[in-house]
Amino acid sequence: MIRVVLLTALLGLSACADREQVAEAKRSYQGKPDSRSWDNEPLADGSAKWSKGDRASWEHAIEARQLTQHEYKRIEQ
Amino acid sequence: MARMKFLCDAERCIECNGCVTACKNENEVPWGVNRRRVVTINDGVAGAEKSISVACMHCSDAPCMAVCPVDCFYRTDDGVVLHDKDLCIGCGYCFYACPFGAPQFPQSGAFGLRGKMDKCTFCAGGPEPDRSEAEFKKYGRNRLAEGKLPACAEMCSTKALLGGDGDVIADIYRERVTRRGKGSEVWGWGTAYGLPSASGGSSQPQPAQRKGTR
Repeated sequence: MIRVVLLTALLGLSACADREQVAEAKRSYQGKPDSRSWDNEPLADGSAKWSKGDRASWEHAIEARQLTQHEYKRIEQ
Repeated sequence: MARMKFLCDAERCIECNGCVTACKNENEVPWGVNRRRVVTINDGVAGAEKSISVACMHCSDAPCMAVCPVDCFYRTDDGVVLHDKDLCIGCGYCFYACPFGAPQFPQSGAFGLRGKMDKCTFCAGGPEPDRSEAEFKKYGRNRLAEGKLPACAEMCSTKALLGGDGDVIADIYRERVTRRGKGSEVWGWGTAYGLPSASGGSSQPQPAQRKGTR
């Protein structure tokens, strides 16, 4: 009985040793690193406000800007 | 997490080319290079004329990125597809791979010398210090780093061209379509490949619900 269980377990685990059959060319960027938008200070003119380095606050500012494209909301405000 | 996208509402676009001009002006794009352009179908046909503004669509699975032999493309955390001009060899593979014709190549000299690729950056600059002179000269203005959206979308007078997080602009567009009761079919198969009645015996299987969409 134990042999049967072991054999079944071995057969089951054999799939884990399968190699990936799909050829995948690993592509990676070779150029210079770029900085992130939220790592900048907001402009002094106050057109957008976020805390430097805080992605969530930058996204909040940019979302507010996006919603200005929504004239139904603008009209109903 | 924002995934920056463009969406053009063909029911609203009036072919004014304001987006093209805004892009040219904001980024000081050289002569002969158009990062954005307006395409019109059925030009002059009453009731059937539609225009859309086309540029780099910042694909989630970008073919330009896949074919570049020098791997000069990268995707920012906001989903904007950008490239390093210092690495680009101007081979033109990305132009052939792109279904939107977004990559542009400046031509200079008597023998049509092809320069490094230039394309829409979603006004996000490139791999140079943000808001620097070097970034502006190579890639144009970095409006995202100023907390602004691309100039083309912000300048669009009819707000046909929407730019921003895919989820947000899709919601804006959905509400428009719901209110006016049409427009959702504009980007469908019917527009791109013809309606079943006009297909002229095409062997392409046509879904039954497509009939009578207009």
